[in-house]
Amino acid sequence: MARSITTKQKAINTAVIWVLGLVMFFPIFWLIILSFKTESDAIMAPMEVLMSGWTMESYDAVNRRSDYFKFFSNSVIIALGSTFLGLLIAVPAAWAMAFVPGKRTKDILLWMLSTKMLPPVGVLIPIYLLFRDTGLLDTRIGLVFVLMMINLPIIVWMLYTYFKEIPVDILEAARMDGASLGKEVLYVLTPMALPGLASTMLLNIILAWNEAFWTLNLTSAKAAPLTAFIASYSSPEGLFYAKLSAASVMAIAPILIMGWFSQKQLVRGLTFGAVK
Amino acid sequence: MATQHSRASARLMISPSVLLLLGWMLIPLCMTVYFSFLRYDLLSPGTEVFTGWDNYYYFLTDPSFNDAVINTLSLLVGVLLVTVIGGIGFALLLNLPAWGQGIVRVLVIAPFFVMPTVSGLLWKNMFMNPVNGVFAHITLAFGGQPFDFLGQAPWESIILMVSWQWLPFATLILLTALQSLDQEQLEAAEMDGASWLNRFWHIILPHLSRAITVVILIQTIFLLSIFAEILVTTNGGPGTASTNLTYLIYVQSLLQYDVGVGSAGGVIAIILANIVAIFLMRMVGKNLDK
Amino acid sequence: MQPKKTITTALIAAFGFVTAQSAYAEDITIATVNNADMITMQELAPEWEKATGNKIEWVVLEENILRQRTTTDIATGSGSFDIMFIGAYETPIWGAKGWLTPLDDFADDKDYDLEDVFPLVRNGLSANGSLYALPLYSETSFTFYRTDLFEKAGIEVPTEQITYTEFAEMAAKLHDPENGVYGTCQRGKAGWGENMAFVGTVANAFGAKWFDMDWKPQLDSPEWNAAITYYVDLMKKSGPPGSSANGHNENRALFKDGKCATWVDATSAAGDVRNPETSSVADKTEFFKAPKQVTDKGTGWFWSWALAIPKSSQKVDTAKDFLKWATSKEYFAKVGEAKGWVAVPSGTRKSVEEDARRLEAAPFAKTVVDAILSVDPADSTRDETPYTGVQFVAIPEFQGIGNYVGQQVAAALAGTSSVEDALEKSQAFATRTMEKAGYIK
Repeated sequence: MARSITTKQKAINTAVIWVLGLVMFFPIFWLIILSFKTESDAIMAPMEVLMSGWTMESYDAVNRRSDYFKFFSNSVIIALGSTFLGLLIAVPAAWAMAFVPGKRTKDILLWMLSTKMLPPVGVLIPIYLLFRDTGLLDTRIGLVFVLMMINLPIIVWMLYTYFKEIPVDILEAARMDGASLGKEVLYVLTPMALPGLASTMLLNIILAWNEAFWTLNLTSAKAAPLTAFIASYSSPEGLFYAKLSAASVMAIAPILIMGWFSQKQLVRGLTFGAVK
Repeated sequence: MATQHSRASARLMISPSVLLLLGWMLIPLCMTVYFSFLRYDLLSPGTEVFTGWDNYYYFLTDPSFNDAVINTLSLLVGVLLVTVIGGIGFALLLNLPAWGQGIVRVLVIAPFFVMPTVSGLLWKNMFMNPVNGVFAHITLAFGGQPFDFLGQAPWESIILMVSWQWLPFATLILLTALQSLDQEQLEAAEMDGASWLNRFWHIILPHLSRAITVVILIQTIFLLSIFAEILVTTNGGPGTASTNLTYLIYVQSLLQYDVGVGSAGGVIAIILANIVAIFLMRMVGKNLDK
Repeated sequence: MQPKKTITTALIAAFGFVTAQSAYAEDITIATVNNADMITMQELAPEWEKATGNKIEWVVLEENILRQRTTTDIATGSGSFDIMFIGAYETPIWGAKGWLTPLDDFADDKDYDLEDVFPLVRNGLSANGSLYALPLYSETSFTFYRTDLFEKAGIEVPTEQITYTEFAEMAAKLHDPENGVYGTCQRGKAGWGENMAFVGTVANAFGAKWFDMDWKPQLDSPEWNAAITYYVDLMKKSGPPGSSANGHNENRALFKDGKCATWVDATSAAGDVRNPETSSVADKTEFFKAPKQVTDKGTGWFWSWALAIPKSSQKVDTAKDFLKWATSKEYFAKVGEAKGWVAVPSGTRKSVEEDARRLEAAPFAKTVVDAILSVDPADSTRDETPYTGVQFVAIPEFQGIGNYVGQQVAAALAGTSSVEDALEKSQAFATRTMEKAGYIK
């Protein structure tokens, strides 16, 4: 900021953006508050809710009823597995598209993106039958594969736009200096590509973590991730706000925390080459 | 630098993703197209017979079909408007000098990390419920009559929920783009006496156009197949007020177990999505080449 | 799947020293709905696991999702589940298709005492003379009401079955939204197992029917119109806001929270509502019959939730062993001890309903059983019909039709569509479906 601004102006700005931030965050904040209340307190008017006592009983109840760790570890394996596998396949492709662009590169890229527009419900039965016949139903491998496939176009595209920003001249300069291909990749390219890789990875972990259609339909017990965990609390008998809140907090907390800690990295690459 | 050799290796590098995606797209697609010509009732396996275009006829004349198409498009347009306009606003505000920007940014992007199912349940129960929800408590406190969001304005409510989830994404991208804006150019314009609106219109907005395109493209991909939010909140109702194409296909193939009609719906949805896609790609392709 | 079992059996036969327990120590997967009775079962199940060495993987889902998951699984023969929690609608249809393992051998089991299960319930879970599921609880519908509010409003508690017209007058008198009490709470959330369960019984009372003897849909009849008009008016006048989103669970929560004066719903909720540990109106709730109108036939629905083993399961013996444990007399006694006899799953076993401990803890138990036993699913409409079932029609196509009509009724309730429009669309849809399925040309 080159311009100097008055403190008063800054104070007004501060107030405005804080109101914005709190409004956006309020639903999540409320979820967290309710999760520490008793069921009968949780449905009271907002002020009364805040004044009422705090308790961990909903978390206890949720833990007694479901094996949170099982769902959690499935989510982690599926989200990380599909992301890493996706990167493994996408990096070479994006690399080639960015540095050796052919006539049809753009078409291939756009075609890839268009496959993402396939409505999942339309192909559920075929996929379900294929999974049944290959024994992939309710397996983590199966889900890793499916989630990798649905996110692959986004991964390729993000990486492509990122790689394209890397100036080719630098590579050639390194080559002139006698760097071998291995060294070129290791010392010149990797550092430059790292932010893009990191943010692609983060975005895809988030997308895979939150994917609820395939994960719910292709699993039963063994591979069920946190989306299935939530489905068992969505409308139980009796009062359920507190338990639903506790379960929701448990389902979103890991990704929320990860997201917050890595938001700088996430943002840095989340531009899809859109900054220029 | 594109030698014959590097071309070949480039092709080799691209082919795994292309082949995988091709398989992922073609195999289920072919099966879907095949099913769409069968009378295929999931509850009577083994009785499939060829029925020609019947399934397409049934899907296209389904009383919910028109509503579903309109809803799909209105959700798309509605959420895009809210998130793009809101996102530009948020980005401009967050870009102003203020205390605690980092924390505010963290608060603003939080909704993007929330699972769609959780977001649906959260809005439905804790906020929009006309008896126990926060909104109802607030209206009651002011002496008003609680509004039944999901009953009276189901589609608007879903647009609100979905916008809440995607606004952070738009804000993030637009904010990043905004930060790369040349400040000196802005200041020069200010010196020349350009009003704020003028500066916004002639400098800021053109600078953001690429980022806006990206926001529209990515969101369109996800918005066309919004499903979880509808499933956990309104189940497509009341009536067909909140049924979109994805949900209608779900109803056909998994609630009525008519895989044939559901598949025909899938094919139609793919065609419609591709029409939108072509339209979009034109726009993006141009904008991205700049 | 068969060969595997044969090999296991052969191995056991060949090496006699293998104990039965370890030979059958298996993991079974059970798909259930997330309601109170099943959650209790989940809490008690470790006992069975310890006793047998087997392990259970629970898949707990919300009712609509559960239905869709289990149906997809069983129809494609995927075998993801060894035991499914299904109802009186699915069991006969799936049984007849040969998708479920027949459970007739339970009849020979003296300890299990199948005769003890009410014949009405057994018949509801049978097809072609074979039993396909074992019931955990059964229910009909009756009216829950708040004694304190009736007294305050000076309304006399009916002793005979009243009409819906009288019921509406009552509800209007009790309606007091300023004090957070609504005259009546009824299901409005769309779904054949949700709003259509209640609406179906109202329609029966008004003399309506789903199909005539030629399977022609009758949704555009004046009877249906009268029933839906009544329902919409009732809810608009005396219902809570947002009725069209409330299902059984939502209403149960509202009632237990003291927000409803009356509620016509499942008898199986009585234990929960009368349980002081879970309900704030436990000592202020009593029951009377669900109202009638032009006829008293089919005014209370019939449903049971039961456990069945899909044919595609590869662990039938272990699954049967669990089924036996989970629906035995001993199990009900265990629930009684652990959760109180008021919370025991109701309406399936004569011996349980006559148990002194049950009668003491749940004085209403006899009312419930009498109500259930008075239902006749084969004769539930004023006019003759080709179908059985009170609130549903026992044909596979009904789910689709019921869901669609449910959506339309919910639209009429929310006011986004008129009753006439809703029924006209419903009739068109039902006709299409029946044509597609080949019932009518």
